[in-house]
Amino acid sequence: MSGEVFSALRQALHEEEAVVSATVVSGEPLGAKFLVFEDGRTVGSLGSPELDAAVRADAETFFKSGEAETRTYRLSDGREVEVFLEAHLPPRHLVVIGAVHIAIPLVAMAKELGYRTTVIDAREFFATRERFPHADQLIVAWPDEALAQIKITPQTDIVILAHDEKFEDPALHVALRSRAGYIGAIGSRKTSEQRLERLRRAGFSEEELSRIHAPIGIDIGAKTPAEIAVSILAEIIAVRRGRIGQPLRPAKTSPAAVSGDGG
Amino acid sequence: MRDILPEIERWISEGEEIALATVVRAIGSSPRPVGAKMAVTRSGRMAGSVSGGCVEGAVFEVALEVLETGQPRLVRYGISDEQAWDVGLSCGGTIDVFVEPLVRKA
Repeated sequence: MSGEVFSALRQALHEEEAVVSATVVSGEPLGAKFLVFEDGRTVGSLGSPELDAAVRADAETFFKSGEAETRTYRLSDGREVEVFLEAHLPPRHLVVIGAVHIAIPLVAMAKELGYRTTVIDAREFFATRERFPHADQLIVAWPDEALAQIKITPQTDIVILAHDEKFEDPALHVALRSRAGYIGAIGSRKTSEQRLERLRRAGFSEEELSRIHAPIGIDIGAKTPAEIAVSILAEIIAVRRGRIGQPLRPAKTSPAAVSGDGG
Repeated sequence: MRDILPEIERWISEGEEIALATVVRAIGSSPRPVGAKMAVTRSGRMAGSVSGGCVEGAVFEVALEVLETGQPRLVRYGISDEQAWDVGLSCGGTIDVFVEPLVRKA
């Protein structure tokens, strides 16, 4: 990797700027590198303006998917070149509304998954550093005010644990108007239905409301705060990857049919 | 890249020469996803991984050679079922690993 391209890549990673890198992995010039930024800016070259332009156009889908893949390009001079494209996206950001008991293992486990984490609560004795040693950011403020301080992108996952309409409704109003990748809210089926009814009255459409995962989590029979955290994080991962979350073992041999209505 | 960047930066500050290996293609099941990376220094330090442990040794040798010649290489490894670690997936896939010099002294 040339010094220029590597230092630009390092800088992007440090500044948490999204970038797609492209490398010639078969054909000439082997090892050539090209970086494409979201604003269209580029660094380096794959050795031909034609190939650079084709890769730059393809990079767009990688910013969305966050994936990595080797693609074959046929150039107008008849050459065939294999290029490895890879998205380097900023770390995902977990925003937790409600510095309650469940939030403690949730933030610790999210950290292990590579998340940046923010915990929000209006009650300063809940959102303390002692309770949340792993949180990257603690904000003591009303949820809507606190969310206004945060840049919410498709890389942001919002989990509402406040379990109190005076905290969760303002948070949901902001979350539903944002591009957040995941919105989940804790509460029973009944609580969830009542919450949806309040949001309908506030003018949100069924399509908008379908973004809310509630009751939150995947049904693994979670009971303790740590187990509920696993259930919530499993759902967030599944949503991100477009899966519904079920055993890898084929359904016929699975005992899943005996599960009750947990959640 | 982000996961092994702290080690790479530390090695750079210590004047190490570094090769980078990346899984660029996986055919069939593989223990690590496409994009998984492993960095190797000329002095023999390693960070990250490209498989469940079955091909790291071979990649390590290629990395030293790449640092020696300065020429990147694409190498293909078949992960046999006996070699593959049990990660709950049916292994036995094939991975292509691209090994390139990242930091090299002139």
